This record gives sequence, structure tokens and C-alpha cells, in this order.
Amino acid sequence: MSEYNFAYLDEQTKRMIRRAILKGLAIPGYQVPFASREMPMPYGWGTGGVQVSAATLTPDDTFKVIDQGADDTTNAVSIRKFFEKTGGVAVTERTAEATVIQTRHRIPEEPLKEGQVLVYQVPIPEPLRFLEPSEVETRKMHALEEYGLMHVKLYEDISRHGHISTAYAYPVKVEGRYVMDPSPIPKFDNPKMEMAAIQLFGAGREQRIYALPPHTQVVSLDFEDHPFDPSKAAHPCDMCGAGDSYLDEVIVDDRGGRMFVCSDTDYCRARREAGHRGRLAAEEMA
Amino acid sequence: MKDLGVMQPLLRVEGLSRSYGSRIGCADVSFDLWPGEVMGIVGESGSGKTTLLNCLAGQLEPDGGAVLFDQGGVLVDTVTMPEPQRRRLGRTDWAFVHQHAHQGLRMNVSAGGNVGERLMAVGARHYGDIRDQALDWLGRVEIAGDRIDDRPSAFSGGMRQRLQIARNLVTGPRLVFMDEPTGGLDVSVQARLLDLLRGLVREMGLSAVIVTHDLAVVRLLADRLMVMKDGHVVETGLTDQVLDDPQHGYTQLLVSSVLQV
Repeated sequence: MSEYNFAYLDEQTKRMIRRAILKGLAIPGYQVPFASREMPMPYGWGTGGVQVSAATLTPDDTFKVIDQGADDTTNAVSIRKFFEKTGGVAVTERTAEATVIQTRHRIPEEPLKEGQVLVYQVPIPEPLRFLEPSEVETRKMHALEEYGLMHVKLYEDISRHGHISTAYAYPVKVEGRYVMDPSPIPKFDNPKMEMAAIQLFGAGREQRIYALPPHTQVVSLDFEDHPFDPSKAAHPCDMCGAGDSYLDEVIVDDRGGRMFVCSDTDYCRARREAGHRGRLAAEEMA
Repeated sequence: MKDLGVMQPLLRVEGLSRSYGSRIGCADVSFDLWPGEVMGIVGESGSGKTTLLNCLAGQLEPDGGAVLFDQGGVLVDTVTMPEPQRRRLGRTDWAFVHQHAHQGLRMNVSAGGNVGERLMAVGARHYGDIRDQALDWLGRVEIAGDRIDDRPSAFSGGMRQRLQIARNLVTGPRLVFMDEPTGGLDVSVQARLLDLLRGLVREMGLSAVIVTHDLAVVRLLADRLMVMKDGHVVETGLTDQVLDDPQHGYTQLLVSSVLQV
């Protein structure tokens, strides 16, 4: 522990990142460039989120990491261990007890409270990127609020599939101003983004940070005749019976057997501890 | 046309100049374009036609001069106008048809999306309406409705050019800039495209500035002609007048250079 500065990054770097975070909070949805550092993990594994977490953590914080909602996947475990080792911070798997939560691809089911910080790992921060390859042009489009192109993407979805088929990284408009990529969270999570906690987004390879202050208005883009639909699988969780959570589909044998379970492992565990049972929970318990 | 006394030009160009270092792009170009009028600009390669067109359309910043455009009866200088306003003009009152369709189209977006983009850029948010308008416009430029979900990369050169025209005209612009709209197309496709353009220009009462080196194009489309050489305008006049009775030496050369088949 003593070989590292607290939370790995040096203090100058953390100050630089904090300035970017503050600027991001002041202009919700605006992508702030920052001098992203090399981290001891490959790009795509959350280098942006890790740097934001490192600049946000204090020794008193309790840290939680989820990857696709789960606390026990490789990515989540290694990042949690990283900050245990380099920062000596307390860690938890319980959403309510965490003060800083780093996430990849999900927002926890349990509503977050004031005082909590949710840090997203972002692969590609620019929502217009796949339609407009020029960074100069997309910056200008953001500056001048020219967002017609974003609807072209949704139009293409409907013309090809009959409905808006974008199911993750669904573009949102923040406070009626900036169009923002919410990182690859399922669109089911989009309505949760108007929350009491602070949300920070870090893209390490692309060197961008953006942020949402608490209770910021976040509207998912849509058409008048094709309104936004935060869809989910039409099943309850087979473990805890929850009907309101986002589900993973798990293939359980080679004869077409499948089960649906909460992608948020902490939420599912808490419900089962409270006595809730799903369709397949009995044999699981036995 | 009700009150000729207060009629004013749609576009007024005053002393427009643009140079590339010590080389002249175009120098001291002035003209008026009236509502419903089509102006042709002809000249050889490197004579400054495209530079002039790009300066007019706000895609290139001129070194000097003014490009005044009619907005609600007032002529406003588009060169000094703030960029957001100029870009808004670019997707509402103005249209730009490129020589190469791939410059003016999004090749990875379907034909319907290409036509709908300008509608969505000005605030259309009803999918059904956007699609109906796109279908209507594809029909007007003679593209079959069942191609609406195909990408332009699956279209022939002539179809791409027609799609580009549909995409530009869907918001009902008042002024269209065209840079060699028939360049690179074979003659029969050219003829169809010219027919189509002539029909649309007349039907919608469009004003247009057409840059070309093809005298047949201006003969068919343009009311007035401007001949450029080495960045300067050497002769202007009614199209038939200039082509049938060229005064300037270069214009005479140009007219006599056309092969008679």
C-alpha cells in the first residue's frame, strides 16, 4: 500500500481530472477533454472510469464495482482489488452502503441517494460518431445544437426494423441542451438517470469526461409516432421473482432450457434474503 | 411580381474576391440573381468557377466583398453573418448539389434517411410524415418507392445524383447551388437529369447558380450566363445571346470548341 500514492494516480493528475469533472458538472452533458493517463489495464477495461474513480475517492469512501450489474465478474473484481490495494478503501457489494460505485453497462436497480457517486466506464463518448466521422464537425454540431443527425439514426432503425432497435447506448438530451451518449447501459436504465446521485462518465481512450449533477433532466430521444420504450424481457426473475428489474437470459442446457435472472446481483441477493422466491429458486436452494 | 417597384434581387454579390496566397481564385465578381432566375457560370478548369460557388454558398471564406441574400425583404450579408445563422441558411433556404454525389450524400444511410435528414434538421419529429415526404420526393426524382430503404451505395451514378437533388430540395429552398451536376454521367443519363432539373426549377420557381464547363447544360437550364477566365468574369449576358453571339475572345474560343456531332 505504501508503494502507491493514494488511489494510484499522483496528486497533480487527480487535480487535473477533478477540474474536468467540475467543468463537466457545470455544463451537464458537455464532453470535457482531459489528459487521460495510461493505467495498468488495457483500454476498454474501464481506464476512463478508473481515473474518474481515483480522482473522486477519499480514504473514508466505500467503493463498489459492477460489470453488467454483477459484482463478481473479472472486470469488477480486478478494479475493486485495484483500489483496495492502491487506496486501502473499504469495499462493498451492497449498493446502499457504497459512496462511490463504478459501473460498466448498468445502473443499480436500487435507487441511488444523495451523497452517492456513480462512475460510468465509457467506450465512445460521442453519440454522433458513427454518423459523422469528423470530430471537428461533431464539436461544431454540439456547439450549435444541430442534432437532426441523431434522429437520422433512429429513423434508420425504424425503417429497417419497424421500431427503434437501439437497445443500449440510447441517446439522450440533457437539460434540453446537449445530446449525450449514456454509455452502453440498456435503454431500460435511461429513465433512472434522473436521480439524486452524481453521475460521472469517463472515457479513457477517447480522453473525455462528462457529468450529470443530481436531478438533471434527461430525456431519451424519440419520434412522436414512435415514442421511447424502456423495454425489458417479459418475465419475472427466476431467482427472486422481481418483476421490475433488468434480466439476463441464461441458457441452462442444450435442449432449449433457459432462465431469466436479475442482472443486478446485489438486488437479487437482497430480495432473496428478504424471502422472495422465483420460479427456479427452490431447486437452487436445495 | 405584384409590385415591380420594390422588387429586389434574391442574391446580390458585390466585389467578391478570393485568392490562394499570391494566386487568384476569383477576383472582383459582382452580379445580381433575381427570384426564379437560373444563372450559369462557365469557364475552363481552374478559371475560379468552383471557388466562386463555394464562396457564395458559405463553404469558403472570401477575402473581400459581400454576398447579400434576401431575408424577409432585407438583403443580409452572409459573409459577416454569425456562423450558426449561415449554417441554418445552408439547410433551409439554400441547397448545394455536389458534382460527386457521395460528397453530398451519407452513403451509409438509406435513401429515405438521406432525404429525411434535412427535415429532421429543421425539427421534424414524426416518422410517418418524414417517410411520406421522402417517398413523395423519391417519386419526383424518378426513384422507385421500393428503393427507399436501400443505401446510396447500391444506386447507380445517375440515381445517386437524383437522390442528392431530392435530399436538397425537400425543405423547399429558394436558392440552389450546383457544382457540375451532370459531371461524370453518361449522355443519356445526363439528358434525363437535365430534364428533371429543368422541370423542378420551373415548377418550384427556384433560383439557381450552376457551375459547369458543359455549354449544353447552361443552354438548357440557364437564363443568364457568366463566362470566367483566370478568376475574372470576362463576359455576361443572356444565355442565348452569349452562346450565339460571343463577344470576348475566350468565349468565342469556348463556343467554337464544342464538338458538333
